[in-house]
Parts: sequence; C-alpha cells; structure tokens
Amino acid sequence: MSAITCTGIGKSYGNSGSPVLEGLDLEVPDRAVVTVLGESGSGKTTLLRMIAGFDRPDSGTIIIDGQAVDSPSRFVPPERRQLGYVAQEGNLFPHLTIARNIAFGLSRRERGTRRVEELLDLVGLGGLGKRYPHQLSGGQQQRVALARALAPRPKVVLLDEPFSSLDAGLRASLRIDVMRILRQEHATTVFVTHDQQEALSVADLAGIISGGQIRQFASPETLYTRPADPGIARFLGDANIVSGTASAGAVDTAFGQLSLAEGNAPPAGPAVVLIRPEQVSLQPHIGQSAESGQAAGQVIHREYYGHDCVVLVGIGDGEQPLRVRCSGGSPVQAGDKVLISAQGDVIAWPAGPQAKAS
Amino acid sequence: MGSPQLPALEERPDRQASEVTRPATLRAMISRRRRRFPWVLSVASVLVVAALMSPLALIIIQAVQAGWGQVWPVLDRDFVATLLWNTIRLALVVTALSAAIGTAMAWLTERTALPGRRVWAVLLIVPIVVPDFVLSWTWSSIFPSVQGFTGAVLVMTLHLYPLVYLPMGAAFRAADPGQEEAARILGLPRWAVWLRISVRQARSTLLGGCLLVCLSLMAYYGAFEDLHYQTFTTAIFGELQTQFAPAAASSLSLVLVALSVLVLVGEGAFRERGRMQRSGPMAQRAQTPIPLGRFRLPALCGVVLLVGFALGFPVAIVCYWWAAGAASALPAAVSLGSAAGYTVLYSAAGALAATVLALPVSLLAVRHQRHWSSALERSTFVIQAIPGVVVGLALVFVASRYLGFLYQSPQLLVAAYTLMFFPLALVAVSSSVVRASPRLEEAGRSLGRGPLAVRLTVTLPLLAPGLAAAFCFVFLTAATELTATLLLVPTGVQTLASQFWAYAEQGVSFGAAAPYAAAMIVLSAVPAYLLGQWFDRRSTREPGETSMLEVLS
Repeated sequence: MSAITCTGIGKSYGNSGSPVLEGLDLEVPDRAVVTVLGESGSGKTTLLRMIAGFDRPDSGTIIIDGQAVDSPSRFVPPERRQLGYVAQEGNLFPHLTIARNIAFGLSRRERGTRRVEELLDLVGLGGLGKRYPHQLSGGQQQRVALARALAPRPKVVLLDEPFSSLDAGLRASLRIDVMRILRQEHATTVFVTHDQQEALSVADLAGIISGGQIRQFASPETLYTRPADPGIARFLGDANIVSGTASAGAVDTAFGQLSLAEGNAPPAGPAVVLIRPEQVSLQPHIGQSAESGQAAGQVIHREYYGHDCVVLVGIGDGEQPLRVRCSGGSPVQAGDKVLISAQGDVIAWPAGPQAKAS
Repeated sequence: MGSPQLPALEERPDRQASEVTRPATLRAMISRRRRRFPWVLSVASVLVVAALMSPLALIIIQAVQAGWGQVWPVLDRDFVATLLWNTIRLALVVTALSAAIGTAMAWLTERTALPGRRVWAVLLIVPIVVPDFVLSWTWSSIFPSVQGFTGAVLVMTLHLYPLVYLPMGAAFRAADPGQEEAARILGLPRWAVWLRISVRQARSTLLGGCLLVCLSLMAYYGAFEDLHYQTFTTAIFGELQTQFAPAAASSLSLVLVALSVLVLVGEGAFRERGRMQRSGPMAQRAQTPIPLGRFRLPALCGVVLLVGFALGFPVAIVCYWWAAGAASALPAAVSLGSAAGYTVLYSAAGALAATVLALPVSLLAVRHQRHWSSALERSTFVIQAIPGVVVGLALVFVASRYLGFLYQSPQLLVAAYTLMFFPLALVAVSSSVVRASPRLEEAGRSLGRGPLAVRLTVTLPLLAPGLAAAFCFVFLTAATELTATLLLVPTGVQTLASQFWAYAEQGVSFGAAAPYAAAMIVLSAVPAYLLGQWFDRRSTREPGETSMLEVLS
C-alpha cells in the first residue's frame, strides 16, 4: 500500500503564472525511503511543502495513508497530517531549550515520560537537553530537528535538503546516522535533495524531477544503469554519450559492436549510446594495430582522485573526448597513446535533435 | 560536490499554448486554492496609516480654509527667511559635528584598545535620556552666555550625537574583519582601510544617523526657546500662544514639514541600494582591538570631556539646583508625585497604543511583501518629519473645531504621543517580526499544534522582546516630550515636562524646576537601560542583522 500518492499536481507562482509543477505524479510505498532529486528551482521543495500542507497545489490530489489531504474539495491542515518535517535550516524554536523543542509535538501526558531523553539518546545528543539551539553546532541542530520531527512517532517523515548547509565530511556521517534512525523507526521517508550521490546512496527508490514532472522513478541501480534519457544519465554521474547504429539487440560504435541491456530496444538506425566511464578500459598503444572492438586515442588529461582516476581520452573524428575510469595506480600520463575498449551491456536511445542537444 | 546541470530533458510543449487552452473550470479552481489575501491585516494597516497621516492633512485643510490671502502675508516676510536660515545653518553644523563625533566615538569604543571602552560605550549613549530642554537649561542657567547660534550648536550636538554613535557602533561591531584584512593584504595603509572599507561600508548607517539628527533638531522647541534662538518651532509656538493666530501657525508648519520631507527625500536619494555583503556564513571572527599608541591619552581625554559635558555636567547642575532650591523651601515637591504619575500614565498609554498599532503594519510589510505593503510601511516614516508642534497643532485644531469633547482631554495627548512615535515602535516591532519566521510557525503546525496554539507558543514569545523594546522606546521618548505636551496637556494636570517648563521658563526658581528634571532623567533611564540590554543582546547574538537604528534610518 502506498503511504503517499500525489496525482496530477500543478503549481505556479507569481502573477506571471509560470508553472513550477505540471501534472506531477508520485507514489511513495509504505515504509520506503524515497528521494526526489532535481536541480534547484525544479520544484522539489514545493512538492514537499504541499505534501506537508504548508502550500496548496493549484490542481491535483494528495493522498496520505489512504486519506485525501488535499483535493479540490478537501484540505487537511498540516497539524492534522501527522507528518514529520525537517527543513534545510532546521527551524528550531530559538526561544525554547532543546528538550522543549523536542517535546513541542508531544501531548501533555507524553511530555512527562522519558520520550524526550530517548530521542536525545537516539540522535546522540544525550545530556544536551537544557541547551538552547544557538549553543549547538549546525550538525547538532539538524539532529535536534530530526528528533523533534520523530517525537510524535509520525508515519511519514519529510526531509528537505536537511544536510545541505553542512560541510561535506559532516554531511556524509550525519546522513548515515539519520538514515539508520529513520529505518529503525520504520518511518516512510521522502527526502528531497539536489545532490545525486546523496540521492542514490540512501534511497530505496529515487525520482528525478525536472520540467515540473517526475521524469523517472526507480531504484538507484536502475536509474544509474538504465536512465530513461541521456539527460538523466548525465545528471546521475559521469557519462559518455557516443553515437552508434542500433540493430536488434546490439549497437555498433567506434568500439565495435556492444550488446544492449535487456529490454532496451531502440529502433534500428542512428542511436546515441551511454557508456559509463567504468565500462571503458584502456591499454598502452605501442605499435600494435587496433583490434576489432578497440579504438585508438590519446590521453588529453588525467584527474587523480586517490582511490581511482579519470582519464580523458581524445578519439578524434569530431567525437567528444571519452571519460575513462582507471585504478588510482594507473601509470598513464597526458600525451600517451592508448587503445580503448568498452565492456558490458550498454543503453542506447534513438538519435534525435534533442538527444544531440543534451 | 556540485551537481551537474540537468539539461532540458526533452522539448517542452509550448507553455503559451497550454496556458491559452487551459479550461475555464481549472482556472477557477486555481484561484480558489490560491493563498488567501490578507484582508484583516491589510484593512487594519490602511486604517492605521490613514490615521497617522491625518495631522498632515489637517494642517493642510486649515491653511487652505484660511485661504491664500491669509497664508501668503505670513510666509512673505523677512521673518520666514530668517527662520529658514536659522534652521538650515543649525541643521548643517550640528549634523556634521554629530556625524564626526558619533563616528569617532563609535570607532574608539568598538574597535580600539581604549581603556575602559565597555564602560564608555554605555556612558556615551546615556546623554540621549537627558531631554534637550533640560540640557539647555543646565547650561544657560550656569553660563548665561550659552545662547544664540553657538549655544544651540553646543547643546544640540551634545544632545544628538548618540543618534549617530549608536547605529555606527553597531555597524562597526558587525563589520567583517575579513574584508578589512583583504584590503590590507592588497596594500592599503591602516587609515585608508578605515576610511575606504570600515566607514565606507557603514555609509548608509551614517547617513541614517544624520537623518535622525536633522529631523529631531528641526522638531525641538524647548531648547531653542531657552537659548533665545529663533526657529520654526519657536515661531509657530509664538504665533499660537502669544498672538493666537492658528492660520499663521499652520502656514509656518507647512514650511517646516516641507523642509523635513525634503531632508527625508534627500537622504533616500543618497542612500545606497546595495546591501552589505558578508563573506561566508554566520561565523564571524572576533575582531582584535587596534592599539592606540601615543593617541591613547588624547583619545581618552576626548571621551571623558564629551561624557562630562553631555552627561556629567547636566546631572551635576540638576543636583546643584535641587539642593539650592530645597534651601529656599519652595512648594515644588508637592505635585512631583502627581506629575510623575501622569507622565507615566500618558507615556505608557501612548507606548502601548503605538506598539499595538505597529504590529499589523509590520506583519503585513514583512510577511506579505508586495510593492504596496512596503510602500505603506515606508510612508509611515514620513511621520518622523512631522514635528511634535505640528501634531499638537493639528490635534488642537480638530478638537476645538470638530470634537469639542476631546479638547484638553488625556486621550488627545495620548493620541499625539501615539502618532508621533509610531515609527519608533514600528522599527522595534519589525525587527522581531523578521525573526519570527513563518517557517517556524510551519514547523510548529507540522508537529500537530493548531494555528492559534502556534501563534501563542511560537510567534508571540518570539515577538515579545520586540514588542517590549517598542514599548520602552516610545515610553522613553514620550516621557521627555515637551512640545506637543505643552499644547495638549489636560487642564488641571501637569506632566514632569510641562511642570518643569512652567518653573524653568519663568526663570523664577531653578530650584523648583530641578526635581522635575531629575525625575524625567530617572524615568527615562529605566526603559533606556532595558532597551540597551535588548539591543546589546541582539547585536551580539546576530552580528549580521541590521541593527535597530539602522532600520530606523
């Protein structure tokens, strides 16, 4: 059963009426962790605020737990939706202590129990209940915001870029903690972010939002290996988009014939092909001629990341240079001549003006 | 960590086309589900602003009713030219002196290793609670030569420099040392950094302070009467009380208001539109005080002298006259209690009214930002340019003409305080409305509390400091107000200011006047202290925020 169902959500702002969301559909399964990924301005925060009940859509229906909370005929105010909401800035009440912030959503009876201490321990801030928000660091404030949201035991927790104001190291560790806690509490989670690593690493399911709609909604693996179009492919990580010619079950490229992933059947003819950098391997080109399935090229540039490196290889013919992921110890240098080949199944789309443009 | 741009995923259907073909029912639905227009706030705000603008309208009505034939002879006199010259030259000199002294003092106490700078920082603000007419009285009662232009310059500068000092201090405190370091690494000497970065960045703050000095100066009456220096306010009073010529008084008032509005507009034109930029997020590094070296002693002497003249001297003289007066056993102390009681009553009522009325205007302007709502808010600042004598005059006019039962009633005096000091309340309230973000209300509601409960448990506690500050601010100013008070004080009642004036002006007994001056200083020192606490806490906790007086400008 779905915890949240959004159907045909439309929303535009301002007098110009330029739409932010246009007929967006989203279904969040019960107890799943769903991320919504999109660049800034794509309407992902708007979507979350409408699920929370802070804003109203111009059109469409939102159903939470089988109950319509926003439809043309019905509106359930935020305080009766029983959701947890954690915003980017935390939005802790500055005039209340940490303990009273966490207790804010609890009933009078529950406030007397150990629930607040439980939550403080859960987020690793035991003993800090008497402090005020401004006495905590940014990471601690976000932990308190999470504890406050979880206190009334909501079935659904909404997270609006909760870690984006933190620095990279803290963000990663807090993300792991928060996700562990959310799964421990069995809360359905909708997590909005513009960071693709964050979106892929925490989600059961992820949706790509763009142009006012969810473009693709699938597991992180599927999104990465089977993106719906070249744009999504690029958004989710390093991608080589090369041209080729599709035929049944395979596509001919500069690297010879590559087999298509199962279920991917573009019409025969010109196609664009996604080859991830880690699907490409290279070897030094010392005199020998290129075999079938290999292309000759020259290293333009090498980006070293420690655990691995990405080598930019020019293959001539007006093609885009290819990004190739190598092990960190790979000895190639700029200027080396190399032979490159691709492994594994690939994804192809029919070539078209828009594919080229993206 | 940067995410790659998500390219346009496919050709979008033409927006214009889909807009046109959107069915009518859908459009109707859209409008129904849109956020509601803030009717209550808007109507309340418009009413408040209309009420605030009424004195100006009344003055115009009165001048028009009198007719051009009566107004012109009043204006077409050498007398008016003299008044203009007197007002303008005094405004220029005092504003320039206040700007220089205020900026220098702010820099000394905030940025340098001046000995005892924390104590001086407080003492330098306190002179603002000594009313202008008390300060002028203490000086002229001891040194009769303190009068005319030089006397007015001395007294006004000593009284008004805190209006520059206070915001500039906040600006220097909030200044980002990183930017000054950047300038020094680029090769600028320290004095050039000070001028081109520190002061330059605080320029709009300085300009705002100067505006306040200028407007306050034009509105004062008591000190100028004391010092025998003719300005518009003394002339208006003269027309009204000795000649009883309300039409002439109105005509002169119009000139005064026009002059004030001119100053207000001029400041707006000079004002920079750009906001101060801070590099990086909230974290502000502590500033290291700059050692003064061989300027240490001269700087300290300057500060001591200024505090002595502006604060020590008047307080000492008030005490001296009180002691001298007690010896002559005049029946002064009899009504001191009652005068203090009425002062507290009227000032508190005015402060309460101004604070309550400021709330809807501020909520509307901050929460529902549209062009017209901020224009509405800003229009109230024109009231700053309407001197107390004009407000008093307008209310006397309306009461004597149309609402006879209000004439010389306490309500009218309270209304005058409310009208005059509304902008002060608005500034204090707005600064806390900004802090009480609607996001916090949303957080409260998503935690299961209804709209009313959230307003009581989240919004109100967040607004409370601002409301209290607004109350203190208006109370302090109203308790030392003289001009409108003299015009409107109910029959059979005296406030501290009017009773002090009654004794001091006649010159019969300095000793009898002294206790009232002392009571006024004490009475306004309490809210000033509370205000200072609030101000201090705010500026240390949120160094990036615009300070109260910065907003006021």
